[in-house]
Amino acid sequence: MSADTPASPDDDLDPEAVADLQARIDALETEVSDLRTEVDDGGSQKMVIIATKGTLDMAYPPLILASTAAAFGYDVTVFHTFWGLEILHEENSKNLQLSSVGNPNMPVPNAIAALPGMDRMTTRMMRTKIEDNDVASVEELIETSIASGVELQACQMTIDLLGYDEDDFYDGVTTGVGAASAFQDMVDADIQLLV
Amino acid sequence: MSTETAAETLDVTGQNCPMPVIKTKGAFDGIAAGEVLEVVATDSGSVSDIAGWAESTDGAELVDQEEATEGGRDVYKHYVRKTE
Repeated sequence: MSADTPASPDDDLDPEAVADLQARIDALETEVSDLRTEVDDGGSQKMVIIATKGTLDMAYPPLILASTAAAFGYDVTVFHTFWGLEILHEENSKNLQLSSVGNPNMPVPNAIAALPGMDRMTTRMMRTKIEDNDVASVEELIETSIASGVELQACQMTIDLLGYDEDDFYDGVTTGVGAASAFQDMVDADIQLLV
Repeated sequence: MSTETAAETLDVTGQNCPMPVIKTKGAFDGIAAGEVLEVVATDSGSVSDIAGWAESTDGAELVDQEEATEGGRDVYKHYVRKTE
């Protein structure tokens, strides 16, 4: 470093450039503080579940996870489409069946499981087990979920496809929603599950 | 819990997962800051579930958990304080 170096580097700075830089710093600081506020305000986390199955065993996971996440303070949406709609159908939800065929956990081989009446029998066995083990019914879980602020949505396209009416569903179920709103919810969500 | 008295007791005996946690959250919302909620459950899974819920929930502090046999069945008691 030579002795000719100016004592103060400020001497070389164009006041206009300094002002520009200061303005840029101010703008960035405002932007950072806005982002901080946005992150803090959006404190509530989101979970979206897409429920596509309508058998008795597959009705439980989405409803249990949804109501539990709500207890953890999550904003939860469950979008029910195709056979997942049966879970929200007030009448059909009380009569969900197990499939005995193709389920290796069933106590009977497939050839016997395919006989008429077998699904009804295994479903009855399962329902008895559910009651004996103090496990809530599907209806109870739906009511609990809605009371906990879970948004249960019924896919409008599937409602039309299966010939259902909006009144067929539990009170509090949202109808008139489609894939776009489900997708939008998923984009914003911290957890997205397909069941 | 020897030194503190619960402001409210929630009975979730005879209810299995996920009901104990969901009802705990509901009852917890109803107590005031500083108060303790007692939860009585028969679901053995409630021990880790309620501990995990309290840990993840702002303003909830797990004070104590007890296990006892009452009326021939195992009972799990949880004490959660509202800190804010």
